[in-house]
Amino acid sequence: MTALRNLGLAAVVCVAVVSQTVVFRHLAIGGVVPDLALIVVVVAAIDRGPELGAMLGFAAGLLVDLAPPADHVAGRWALALVVVGYLAGRVRQDARSSTLAAVLVVGAASFVGTSLYALSGAVVGDGTLPVDETVKVIVTSVLWDVLLAPLLVPLLLWLLHALGPAAQRDGARDAARAPVRTLR
Amino acid sequence: MVRGSGSPHGRRPTPEQRTRRVLGLLVLACLTLMTLDARAGASSPLDPVRSAVGNVVGPMESATAEAVRPFTDLGDALRTNHGLRDQVARLEAQNSQLRGKVATEPLDRQRLAELDGLTHVVGDTGYSMVAARVVAMGPMQSFSRTVTIDAGTSSGVREDMTVLNSDGLVGRVVRATRTTATVLLIVDTDSVVGGRLGTNQEIGFLRGRGSAGDAGRLALDLVDTSVVPSKDDVVVTWGSKDGVPYVAGIPIGRVESVVSSPRQSSRQAIIKPFVDFTALDVVGVVVPKGTTGDRPVLTAGAPR
Repeated sequence: MTALRNLGLAAVVCVAVVSQTVVFRHLAIGGVVPDLALIVVVVAAIDRGPELGAMLGFAAGLLVDLAPPADHVAGRWALALVVVGYLAGRVRQDARSSTLAAVLVVGAASFVGTSLYALSGAVVGDGTLPVDETVKVIVTSVLWDVLLAPLLVPLLLWLLHALGPAAQRDGARDAARAPVRTLR
Repeated sequence: MVRGSGSPHGRRPTPEQRTRRVLGLLVLACLTLMTLDARAGASSPLDPVRSAVGNVVGPMESATAEAVRPFTDLGDALRTNHGLRDQVARLEAQNSQLRGKVATEPLDRQRLAELDGLTHVVGDTGYSMVAARVVAMGPMQSFSRTVTIDAGTSSGVREDMTVLNSDGLVGRVVRATRTTATVLLIVDTDSVVGGRLGTNQEIGFLRGRGSAGDAGRLALDLVDTSVVPSKDDVVVTWGSKDGVPYVAGIPIGRVESVVSSPRQSSRQAIIKPFVDFTALDVVGVVVPKGTTGDRPVLTAGAPR
């Protein structure tokens, strides 16, 4: 069951990575396309928690780093998406309340992820742009992600639920942990 | 901080601790990867992984591009069939040759005058090419400008080959798998191309400025800092030994403006490339003569 679910998640990530380079390049604004891999990671983290978020972030980021058109230092997107997955998982209680909240989390995650990626580029000295252009790229990517999130969040949540009952199990664990939290 | 959590399982970590450990491990893994890849230079230990991933994802990209082509080509689809398409491709190729000739004419004339008595081997002025289509483009969020093309080592495409289209120089192959190859566009900030001004043969280096689209520009630094490039002057590739990574005489762009900073004595010319990098489709990879592969090699000048 878990293997099947992981396989499903891997397929979703693959589709996201391929379509953001193949399909969305025809719609790119100044070369910026919606960061579908990031949206998948964020939605999965909101649904399943920070641990899975971070792990899926690592896998998705690594795929973005290594899949063909990429020519930057490997591990940069992985690092950005690990952090994004973890953070999105941490705010899941708030984000799960409504689609709007989830969309806002996607926007924030997009900002954090792209900025982290840009920062890591500055650190390892790999493919950096002037600051004004970098900011323009980050803003465009946040707008793209926020624009697509209202459509993608419900779709991905539905897909994740269809993939496995983990959400309920996680939900049960959360419910069990809730009294402990109030005690503290 | 986690001491007082009072886990009932004794030494077993709480979910909170577990998540933090996972996060720590993953971040460490990312940093290790980055260090390995960034320090290695030319031959990265990740290259085998890259080509393995490329061998799997590349065909997926090609297949997806093929699947969505009817939608992206919708404008053409209404009026084209196979025959017309072929004709268009042939005319485009012819047009590109003519355009290339026009753009490089001043250079050719000067070179002819200079070389005077020397003879050219006519066959060597045209390059052999493998045609390919762009299937995927790296997102700008990655701050690099790269594309995937649907021809790889099985068609004779290798690393450090020149890629051009009907308008001019596109880039060079940085990595090739069996069926796909990754092309670094000349507008990427990592790209440096040796260029030559069309009118006065002055050589210099063109560096990408990172952004594709209408704002995509190259910066040209001439070796001889006393020379002022004139506006609208055509820049062509200067070429290097054995045409690696760029063959000579491919038009790159026109001088759009010349900027000089008071602090530096040198001037920098801003070049507007001939190629529209946002609308890349059919490109040609310059391959050595006599290359054989699973797709036809176009040879300039050969009557068919």
